[in-house]
Amino acid sequence: MNFPSRALKHKSFVAGGVLVALLLALALLSFVWTPYPAAEIDVPNKLQPPSAAHWLGTDSLGRDIASQLIVGARASIAVGLIAVGIGIAGGVALGLLAAARRGWVEEAVMRLADFGLAFPALLTAIMLGAIYGPGLVTAIVAIGLFNIPEFARITRASANTVWSREFVLAARACGKGRLRTTLEHVLPNIASVLIVQATIRFAIAILAEASLSYLGLGAQPPLPSWGRMLSEGQSMMYQAPLLAVWPGLAIVLSVLGLNLMGDGLRDLLDPKLARSR
Amino acid sequence: MLTLAVASALVFAVLGLLPGNVAQVMLGESATPEAVAALEHQLGLDRPALVRYADWLRGLATFDLGTSHAYDAPIAELIAERLVVTVPLALLAMALTVVLALAAGVYAASRHNRAGDLAVMAASQLGIALPSFWSGILLAMLFAVTLPWFPSGGFAGWHEDEGGGLWEGLRSLVLPAVALAVVQAAILARFTRSAVLDVLREDFVRTARAKGLTRRAVLWGHVLRNAMVPVLTVMGLQFANLITGTVVIENVFSLPGLGRLVFQAIGNRDLPLVQALVMLIAAAVVTINFVVDVLYAVIDPRLKLAGR
Repeated sequence: MNFPSRALKHKSFVAGGVLVALLLALALLSFVWTPYPAAEIDVPNKLQPPSAAHWLGTDSLGRDIASQLIVGARASIAVGLIAVGIGIAGGVALGLLAAARRGWVEEAVMRLADFGLAFPALLTAIMLGAIYGPGLVTAIVAIGLFNIPEFARITRASANTVWSREFVLAARACGKGRLRTTLEHVLPNIASVLIVQATIRFAIAILAEASLSYLGLGAQPPLPSWGRMLSEGQSMMYQAPLLAVWPGLAIVLSVLGLNLMGDGLRDLLDPKLARSR
Repeated sequence: MLTLAVASALVFAVLGLLPGNVAQVMLGESATPEAVAALEHQLGLDRPALVRYADWLRGLATFDLGTSHAYDAPIAELIAERLVVTVPLALLAMALTVVLALAAGVYAASRHNRAGDLAVMAASQLGIALPSFWSGILLAMLFAVTLPWFPSGGFAGWHEDEGGGLWEGLRSLVLPAVALAVVQAAILARFTRSAVLDVLREDFVRTARAKGLTRRAVLWGHVLRNAMVPVLTVMGLQFANLITGTVVIENVFSLPGLGRLVFQAIGNRDLPLVQALVMLIAAAVVTINFVVDVLYAVIDPRLKLAGR
């Protein structure tokens, strides 16, 4: 059976794919249509409950919650894609290099990773925010930079385990160089770990952006973001508890979708796991 | 030590040298030139950068971190006051994380593709997807407002003469620690399950079972130890996440810890305090990662072998 057929029969992959497709569709839709302009203030209609006019109600300034959620999806997608891309591009290469070369190269890469890990995304965002001011770009750079050492360490640890296996020794005995061994034997054997890691990092990037926005260090007004909506919702928790529920649900569903898709991919791409079923 | 030295140089360079006038950043755009000049002199910014860096390093080594601009108090004193909240919070959250994750991860792997596995994986999917500050808010609503079992915010203190005590202090930390641990345990449980499943397919596991060892003995005695290398890596990484998490969760629960202090220092543009706190957190993370590296070799002696 070919890959698309198997993928369509995998329940969690399909469920995750639907949620992720919905997230992408919302983000794209926001460029051409929203029920109301997301930043439009309408104080007479503040704190409205969900209705036909305002599907998810309005906030303390009368802004339409559904419109803000739809536009807020953009920030989450942008942060997730770019931050994970930065992490994979830098981290996997460094991790594979460390495992293949060992010795001082591994030591140098790992010290670099330690050095990067010493600065969690929030610390980097705090430092960058203190100087350049908080914003979406600051958040993306901070989360992306933090992803590099994360991917490097996971890649190196998993690749080291593969390098100690007999089939790698056999490949080396056949005269394959380190680069060829890495690309043909090590990388395919750690791909499932990296896929799981990439989905988790994407999810964490969305959560990190929400945390930074919640603290005022992420996307700035008037650009809506789910984290800032939660922060505003928390202050109105007793008057309008749903205000803190919708953005939380949006985050949960997005992250859930990504993780389900990642899990599905792990099953579909791991031939050993497929055979054991 | 090298990592710490480079980290200290970076922190000093980013927050102490760039982008030009630190005093102007601290006082804001509307500050008068006289006020900026006075603060520059007070902070010693009129001296050469290398001299200031050497002084700062000497201060770090002797815990003489200078004076906070906003609090008008010694920075070392401010940090010491906050450590008694943040360290127990991080330890409690990490302990909850490890216990929950190892139990759930090993259980799920041992029941691969059965109801128990699916239930653990579904719960972990939900846990990972929850923002810790959102679960914190929901926990406070449920267990502090609806069911008044725990305080909804603030810290009672560890001493009875301050109106707190050991039990009261712990009660203040339970909800924030659970909010932090839910996410971290969910992530670690997935890695544990994944690593255990990989090891379960190894030949030596079949050999151990063929020798007559029970499934449980093989799982806890052979499989878990071999699966611990990637799991430990993730645990090391999670410490950094926990530190980041405390900044957010201390703000949700109004806990007077280091995380809240960092955020307040940013709000106050108190750069010397930010500099000291960022360095302290970075040093803590470097130390944890060093310990994890040492533990690799203890757990898997094959990794001691250098060169191939």
